[in-house]
Amino acid sequence: MNTPVIVADLIELIKRTATDLPGPIEAAVIQARKREAQGSPAWDALRVIEENITLARQKATPICQDTGTLNFFIDYPTGWSTLALSEQVRTATAEATRLSILRPNAVDGITGENSGDNLGEGQPNIYWQEWTKPYLRVRLLLKGGGCENMGRQYALPDARLQAKRDLAGVRRVLLDAVHQAQGQGCAPGVLGVCIGGDRSQGYVEAKRQLLRPLHDANADPALAALEDRVLREANSLGIGPMGFGGKTTLLGVKIGALHRLPASYFVTVSYMCWAYRKHELMWHAEGVVEYA
Amino acid sequence: MRELTLPISEADIRALHAGEIVSLSGVVVTARDMAHKYLVEHFIHREPASDERALYEEIRALLRNGGIYHCGPVMKRHGETWQMVAGGPTTSSREEEYADSIIEHFGVRVIIGKGGMGGRTKSACLKHGAVYLHAVGGAAALIAQSVKEVTGVWKLEFGMPEAMWQLRISGLRLVVTIDAHGRNWHEEIANASEQVLQSLLAELGG
Repeated sequence: MNTPVIVADLIELIKRTATDLPGPIEAAVIQARKREAQGSPAWDALRVIEENITLARQKATPICQDTGTLNFFIDYPTGWSTLALSEQVRTATAEATRLSILRPNAVDGITGENSGDNLGEGQPNIYWQEWTKPYLRVRLLLKGGGCENMGRQYALPDARLQAKRDLAGVRRVLLDAVHQAQGQGCAPGVLGVCIGGDRSQGYVEAKRQLLRPLHDANADPALAALEDRVLREANSLGIGPMGFGGKTTLLGVKIGALHRLPASYFVTVSYMCWAYRKHELMWHAEGVVEYA
Repeated sequence: MRELTLPISEADIRALHAGEIVSLSGVVVTARDMAHKYLVEHFIHREPASDERALYEEIRALLRNGGIYHCGPVMKRHGETWQMVAGGPTTSSREEEYADSIIEHFGVRVIIGKGGMGGRTKSACLKHGAVYLHAVGGAAALIAQSVKEVTGVWKLEFGMPEAMWQLRISGLRLVVTIDAHGRNWHEEIANASEQVLQSLLAELGG
């Protein structure tokens, strides 16, 4: 079949993602403020964040000026051309940049020269998956550089942290990752975590974990318990919003696992800032597009 | 809440203390990775080249008792003028190796950013009378409302995020996290959280 033209829908998806923070994340920020002492810098920062979320939505301007790496996770029906879709993603990205929905954010890896339209080697970033459903799903995660710089990968055992190759060891490195990030990843953040895989798979799966709903329960009871525990313990560290001190350092922890080689036990952490920008579209037919 | 206006005197800076929330007005200059490297390499580590002398004087005049903002904004052009669409702070720690010499050389009084800075910046703030003011990371739409006018831009060839934008701001809310008395809030919180971390990790096997 011919691959449909969905450029306008992709621009709409980019616009929603850059300007409209998902409701559950906004609600979590509001809850976090209620836990802080009124008038404290942490409370004030969360109030500013709330105002900013509302304002960006009203004015349809970017929530954060670092509109981030465009991470597209695309599930496409059998027979669609990824070549054609990829060209449309590029067209939509350049147009969204021209409309000031995105900052020109792709610079030459060596010279630093800005391409001006967010296109470049490896940009935008697309993860493809063919599936058996009859419709197309495009999930977009915009992830800025400040939080991306706080990502980490541990190879267990880790002698410094006395982290062995078990879930207790995973807990230790995750708490270390939160401590090392302090407020620099724009806390309160969310951890996407992958246990296993090789080094490159670990970072991809850690990001993929960030696509889960903020309040879902992990299907694996052991990982669900670990997520809850790390969230609780990380919030006892006292780092707080923006690293100002306070009760909320993380809004969530999402842990997945991949098979690994017997010799390797990687724990990979992707730190997502509070400006946790993700939306998706489901394209059924011309004019029949659902956004979530 | 204390109101501060740039340019600002050393005495006014020395009156500030870590943990205070302030409201800042006046003209600030954005500078991030490329601009910091440029300022240090072209103007501090050597005499300004003859074709850059005029630019150097302009920058120096604005930064004296003035402010640097770690920010790479989204800007929109309207004919000859620019408007800020979104402009929250970027992570300041990347500029740690440059900040002390820039404070000293240019007489900068205020650095605005996020995530805090380290020991070299703290020492320079103490010695020369400067402060680090923390903006809320990601609050780009709200901060853009405090920018009343884009009065100019230097080094636009660095690209939109890296250019040095001159911004007239009004009533920007910030928190003093490094003061001119040797206090660095970020170090204090990092140390306190390290203590908690160690007690959590003491549960071996946990």
